[in-house]
Amino acid sequence: MIFVGIEVIGRVPSVLHTPLMSGANAIHGVVIIGAIIVMGKAETDDYFALGLGFLAVILGTLNVVGGFVVTDRMLEMFKKKKAP
Amino acid sequence: MALNLLTLCYLIASVTFILGLKMLANPASARKGNLVAAFGMTVAIFATIFLYEDNGEKLHNYLWIFGGLVIGTVAGTIAAKKVKMTAMPEMVSLFNGMGGACAALISAAEFNHIYQLHKNLPEIPFAELATIGHYITIVAGAIIGTISYTGSIIAWGKLNGKVKDYSFKGQHIVNMIVLVLVIIASVWAYKSTIGSILLPFILVGFFAFVYGILFVMPIGGADMPVVISLLNSFTGVAAACGGFLYNNKAMLTGGILVGAAGTLLTILMCKAMNRSLTNVLIGSFGGGNKTSAAGAMKTEGNYKEISLADTAMVMSYANKVIIVPGYGLAVAQAQHICHELEKILEEKGVEVKYAIHPVAGRMPGHMNVLLAEADVSYDKLMEMEDANDEFKTTDAVLILGANDVVNPAAKSDPDSPIYGMPILEVEQAKTVIVNKRSMKPGYAGIENQLFFQPKTAMLFGDAKKVLQELCAEIKAV
Repeated sequence: MIFVGIEVIGRVPSVLHTPLMSGANAIHGVVIIGAIIVMGKAETDDYFALGLGFLAVILGTLNVVGGFVVTDRMLEMFKKKKAP
Repeated sequence: MALNLLTLCYLIASVTFILGLKMLANPASARKGNLVAAFGMTVAIFATIFLYEDNGEKLHNYLWIFGGLVIGTVAGTIAAKKVKMTAMPEMVSLFNGMGGACAALISAAEFNHIYQLHKNLPEIPFAELATIGHYITIVAGAIIGTISYTGSIIAWGKLNGKVKDYSFKGQHIVNMIVLVLVIIASVWAYKSTIGSILLPFILVGFFAFVYGILFVMPIGGADMPVVISLLNSFTGVAAACGGFLYNNKAMLTGGILVGAAGTLLTILMCKAMNRSLTNVLIGSFGGGNKTSAAGAMKTEGNYKEISLADTAMVMSYANKVIIVPGYGLAVAQAQHICHELEKILEEKGVEVKYAIHPVAGRMPGHMNVLLAEADVSYDKLMEMEDANDEFKTTDAVLILGANDVVNPAAKSDPDSPIYGMPILEVEQAKTVIVNKRSMKPGYAGIENQLFFQPKTAMLFGDAKKVLQELCAEIKAV
């Protein structure tokens, strides 16, 4: 997987560094899955675990959604000017 | 059966992550790549919610889960939609911090889980409850996630100017000590019994928290992109720790992928600035301790100012003008008026181009994004090598709030902190007009000899205001 990561990034024009970073940023939002599992496994009366999980889910979602939306906004601009 | 379907969903997600990232690396497919990865993420999230089973038991607490998802989605979308293009780097850093915090919280929750199960047996050593591998994934997730969180928050604060650079003598030693304390506390926690484990575990979190702050604090703003990219890969590793913890393929793939890609991207960015990673992290570039050489050339020579009317004259009668945008353009939100200027000049038959330094602004590609927002045509943007060939035949260069990327000291002064960084060789043009707000040095904290050269003229003021007035003047010429 490490090699895939390296292979994938190999040669990138510097223009795309920011969107790429932003996209990668959104992808590591997969931690959200862990947060969901924690949350779903917690006992219904274990408020500490529920609270932790709840916060984790919110933060994780923020990371995922915000990350993808920001990246899309950035790339949208690149696209516009490609049209002749 | 359900589990197999879940595995399949995770496989799909992993593939989309790889594919998405690959497509993001290519201008033509970048946007689609982002959507592909987002799709994979959605599949993974919903598959987890509805298909995940632990010993044959489905997840519960759906209300909480969906509550969290909805709040996060709404807040994330609003934040991402409303943020100004200039503030993009901060936003990425902030989101990264959220991911780090999420990873750290998962570790804390997992630790709490073990703790709660056994808290009525205070005599049991923790080592008997969790294997060393299990413990390492928990504690590594907590440490890396926390560092990534506080580091990103500091980086965010620095980029929007809320947090100033701060460094003190022997900071690297202090940092090392804090890092060692993190490790000591982790070992201590593992050796403790259930009854006495809370204190060391909290200390682990505390020291990691402090380390994250200290680690980013002395790093200069010009190096922030590198740091954010590095923290980005940290969060990836933290996510991968979570993947090990739950033996979850999607988390593992996503985490390691970002960890590797982020590290490589970090190195690429360093290369674009011709500096090594250690140099960025240890050499406190732009920190408090400026090198003596940089200080020595402080009051060297005089600079001359140019009026708006003269600038308008020079530019209207030029054959070719190259605009060099920098962070000053971004803060002043001057990209639209800059495009306006370009159009007015072209109507007068002047050839206008943009020279983009790879690290101009606060993030690589920052300027491209900004100018793209203002509809500046793609083929007017020149990369550094092409631009350097063109300066010789250029009549006037207009520098808008860029500084370090045009500092000739990078070529001529081996003592300069930015020595060796490739620059835009604007001094080859006939005239150089520099728009800045004041004579204050740029982000690297060093003087720029360019400003004192005879062919250079200074045009002080906020980039947007100056450009508006300049447009009006040129129209009147």
